[in-house]
Amino acid sequence: MLERIDELRAEAEAQIAAAQTGAELEEARVRHLGRKAELPNLLRGVAELAPEERGKVGKAANEARTALEALVEERLAAMESAELDARLAGDRVDVTLPGTPAQPVGRLHLLTQTRREIEDVFIGLGFVVAEGPEVDSVYYNFDALNHDPAHPARARTDTFYVDDDTVLRTHTSPMQVRYMEAHPPPIAVIIPGRVYRRDQVDATHSPHFHQVEGMWVDEDVTLTDLKGTLLAFARAIFGEDREVRVRPHFFPFTEPSVEVDVSCFKCARGGSPCSVCKAEGWIEILGAGMVDPNVFEYVREHGYDPDRVQGWAFGMGIERVAMLKHEIPDLRLFYENDLRFLEQFG
Amino acid sequence: MRVPLTWLEQYVDPGLPLRELGDRLTMTGTKVEALHHHGVGSTDGFVVGRVLSAEQHPDADRLSVCMVDIGEAEPSQIVCGAPNVAAGQVVAVARPGAVMPDGTKLGKAKLRGVESAGMILAEDEVGIGTGHAGIMELDVQVPSGTPLDSVLPIATEVLELEITPNRPDCLSVYGIAREVHAATGAALATPPWADDPHPAGDGIDGVSITVDCPDLCPRFTARAYENVTMGPSPLWLKARLMAAGQRPISNVVDITNYVMLLTGQPLHAFDLDRVAGGSLVIRRAKDGEPVTTLDDQVRTLDADMVVIDDADGPTSIAGVMGGARSEVGDDTTRVLMEVATWDGPNINRTSWRLGLRSEASARNEKSLSPRMAMDAQAVASALMVELCGATPVGGTIDVGGPGPDPEPIAYRPARVGELVGVPVADERQAELLRAVGCEPSTTLDAVTPPYWRRDVYREADLVEEVARLDGVDRLPATLHAPFRAGGLSPAQRARRRAEDVLVGRGFYEIMGWSFADDTLLEQLRVPAGYPVVRIENPMSEREGIMRPAILGSVLQAVAYNLARGVAEPRLFESGHAYEPSQDGGLPSQQHQLIGVLVGRDATVLGAKAHVEAVLGALRVPVRYEQTDRPMLHPGKGGAVLHEDEEIGLFGEVHPLVARAWDIEVPVAAFKVVLDRASELAPETTLYRDVTSFPALRLDLAVVVADDVPAAQVVEVVETAGGALLERAEIFDVYELGEGRRSLALHLAFRAADRTLTDEDVAPVRDAIVAALAEQVSGELRA
Repeated sequence: MLERIDELRAEAEAQIAAAQTGAELEEARVRHLGRKAELPNLLRGVAELAPEERGKVGKAANEARTALEALVEERLAAMESAELDARLAGDRVDVTLPGTPAQPVGRLHLLTQTRREIEDVFIGLGFVVAEGPEVDSVYYNFDALNHDPAHPARARTDTFYVDDDTVLRTHTSPMQVRYMEAHPPPIAVIIPGRVYRRDQVDATHSPHFHQVEGMWVDEDVTLTDLKGTLLAFARAIFGEDREVRVRPHFFPFTEPSVEVDVSCFKCARGGSPCSVCKAEGWIEILGAGMVDPNVFEYVREHGYDPDRVQGWAFGMGIERVAMLKHEIPDLRLFYENDLRFLEQFG
Repeated sequence: MRVPLTWLEQYVDPGLPLRELGDRLTMTGTKVEALHHHGVGSTDGFVVGRVLSAEQHPDADRLSVCMVDIGEAEPSQIVCGAPNVAAGQVVAVARPGAVMPDGTKLGKAKLRGVESAGMILAEDEVGIGTGHAGIMELDVQVPSGTPLDSVLPIATEVLELEITPNRPDCLSVYGIAREVHAATGAALATPPWADDPHPAGDGIDGVSITVDCPDLCPRFTARAYENVTMGPSPLWLKARLMAAGQRPISNVVDITNYVMLLTGQPLHAFDLDRVAGGSLVIRRAKDGEPVTTLDDQVRTLDADMVVIDDADGPTSIAGVMGGARSEVGDDTTRVLMEVATWDGPNINRTSWRLGLRSEASARNEKSLSPRMAMDAQAVASALMVELCGATPVGGTIDVGGPGPDPEPIAYRPARVGELVGVPVADERQAELLRAVGCEPSTTLDAVTPPYWRRDVYREADLVEEVARLDGVDRLPATLHAPFRAGGLSPAQRARRRAEDVLVGRGFYEIMGWSFADDTLLEQLRVPAGYPVVRIENPMSEREGIMRPAILGSVLQAVAYNLARGVAEPRLFESGHAYEPSQDGGLPSQQHQLIGVLVGRDATVLGAKAHVEAVLGALRVPVRYEQTDRPMLHPGKGGAVLHEDEEIGLFGEVHPLVARAWDIEVPVAAFKVVLDRASELAPETTLYRDVTSFPALRLDLAVVVADDVPAAQVVEVVETAGGALLERAEIFDVYELGEGRRSLALHLAFRAADRTLTDEDVAPVRDAIVAALAEQVSGELRA
């Protein structure tokens, strides 16, 4: 009986292995493992055998059937796999064609990108972001910023007036006083926004442009902190090996006042003679200084006693930063909105 | 401010290379804008010569052939075109090879066949004057061949300096000398006004001065001269004026300019014989009063301007410009020299109201110290005698006087360290303060500023002086974080997100112009009378208002790019529109997001899809309504409502609006009021359990009349669906014709505490069907 099982198994294995198609394999399965096949019937007949035979024969027949079933599965999987390979091999697309449907790519305006970049640097340094009105009062734009009544910036040749008491802000600085009125010290804030000056349009002037104001007031904030903060800023925006230079200057609402230059990155990139810094080695990027005590006097009742608090403020031009960083030769490009320009950035 | 180095060196000579001197000035607050070279390119080849003979050129009437001794063995033959050349003259000669002010190198030339080895010079040819009528005759006793620059200032370096508005004292050569002294420690010469040669006395016979408005004219001084010989200034003075950027005119006028450039104090010379009655009255002008100024223009004054009258009426606009009637001229023999102090803000106002800015007004508008008036009188007095042969008449009329001495300022030297971050020793502070003319007390608890520094009157001003001179650039950079984490506000984050959504959908951001004009409203078909913010003094008529809408800016950018071959630009702007205040307060600005689509996508629902994307990203719940706006297609426009507040619009742009920008292809646009949307966006959302119990979904198709808005059908379904209906959305529309259409909806039902069964949902579905039938005459589609 055991020999017969071996025989059946060998015969079946041969036929399964020989099967080339699904149909042949199925035929082999039916013939050797189907309802009428000998091996399953042998198993069904085990009960009729002598008791000492039952164990051995049953075990052998069962093993044979399991092995054959596994073999069929294996062959089937191999055939399907080969069939899939053949089908896929014939199904080929030229992947160098463009994607479809085309997904348009948009971009932020370079000035928005630059503004966000500046915002993010100062956010990383612990500042919050605020905004304010572009049409503002003479009080906030000039008076509360300690501008002399004869300060030339007040002239109608320089500043847009809506009426005698209202101007298009000439800088983001009116938000210094507005912000202090609304927030008791300490404060650390930057204020980006659009500002207006009566300049004829040319390669470096526009009657409106954008600034970022920065202000940090606490009890012990010093000029060295200003230098450190602006150095961190300059390196984040213009490269890690930048240096800053601080020069005394004058602004009505800071004292001491300084202008801040950044070491020329174009020279560092190797351009001679340098068109960016005009061979000076330094590029002016912003004005700053310690908040003038007269400015604090305007917000004394809001917690800014000039004998108790001190701090600094700065203002820089966003167009200028973008022009320097991206080597843009003409400010007018920002407002022409030519897609051939816009698509180059971001 | 242009400062010729050779002039400056008369008062301070730090012995530094020019560039180093410039750096010191820059780093102490007087920024060098540029370094110029004035005059001849190099002093080599310029010599003193003697004209030995001057003969008529054989072939040219106007040329002379001269033999000129230039200190060499043989005289040089030079052809000269000047009518005044004559034998015996001492002249300035440029030899072949000399580099002229414009950089050209002189060569040997042949003029009408006669060789010429160089050139006999006129003053304009070496930049020391404007005259070209004849050659310069030098009044010097030096051997021929002497280098010309030893007797004439034919070349100087010039520092062009940026003077900040707080430092009118630096609008002068001596003022810059003081700064150089403070910045370098180099010795400062005594001021040029140290000796006043003028006769003492407080009156001038035949001259009277009355100041009617002492508030606007704190000091008025006058001196008189007779026997004045009008004529050109000497070459050294012309050369200094030219290098400083001022044209020489005549000796008396040049003296006023020269003294102003030297001291910073403007002066005005009257022809005393043309001052009617010899009397001057300083008074406020009358409204509409005309004055003819030096430049022969008639200016109309107002009651806040100050005029100087003589017996015949106005003769000059105080502190700004003299009058034509009393101007000095060739026949002048008596001069009245006015040096006065004016109220700065008043002068500033007058000069911008009249559109009249002068070197004088630029200084007078800074409220100069009254003391400077006598400084200038002293220098002018010496020059009037020296250069014009004038004789002083009487003493000095001084109305108002020098005013009080500067007050000591209470000072705490420790403030320097506290503000700047690095302390400066008291001795060093005292040294620096003295260098700028301050007088510190021995304990440094009080510091008296010099009279010329009216900008220094507080402790903070003294701290600044110490800090700038000690060197702010030497300060260390310290970095520590403020008192809290930085960040964007939730609304600012939402705004960035909204912009990023559009960028992600292929939009390019543009930046439009804030200015517009009234035609913008016509172009947008907005009815006349729409309120706008008007600018009183725009750059041009076309920029007279602040834009009340951004759509025009974006359409303009669309037109610009269409014209440059971009097929279907997709643009947006995230910016401000402006609106006048209703209650007399400040105008307001609204941050809006305006998008424009062109071409195939430019449909009303195409535009709406972007609004849905933006507001969906921000999670702002809204509904939509049909609307009719002037700039939109009347049947294809929608409003975006949050509760009952309109926070957006969308639609196809009205063809007439598109045509106003020459756009002939379909255009659709949308607006989201970003100020509001970013506020309405939730800052934080909380978890809802949507996985424990599944939703039960079913679809419904309902047939309604085609004038029933889809949104109304959804609203009916939502109301009837009650708490179990989680979501209802339209996924298909089928036009049946005859004014009817079928809307297919996906419905999702969910309960938070159990899995819903068909039995749970059946009554809700029935309620929905009933509500549709009742409220919109809807029938289920078979």
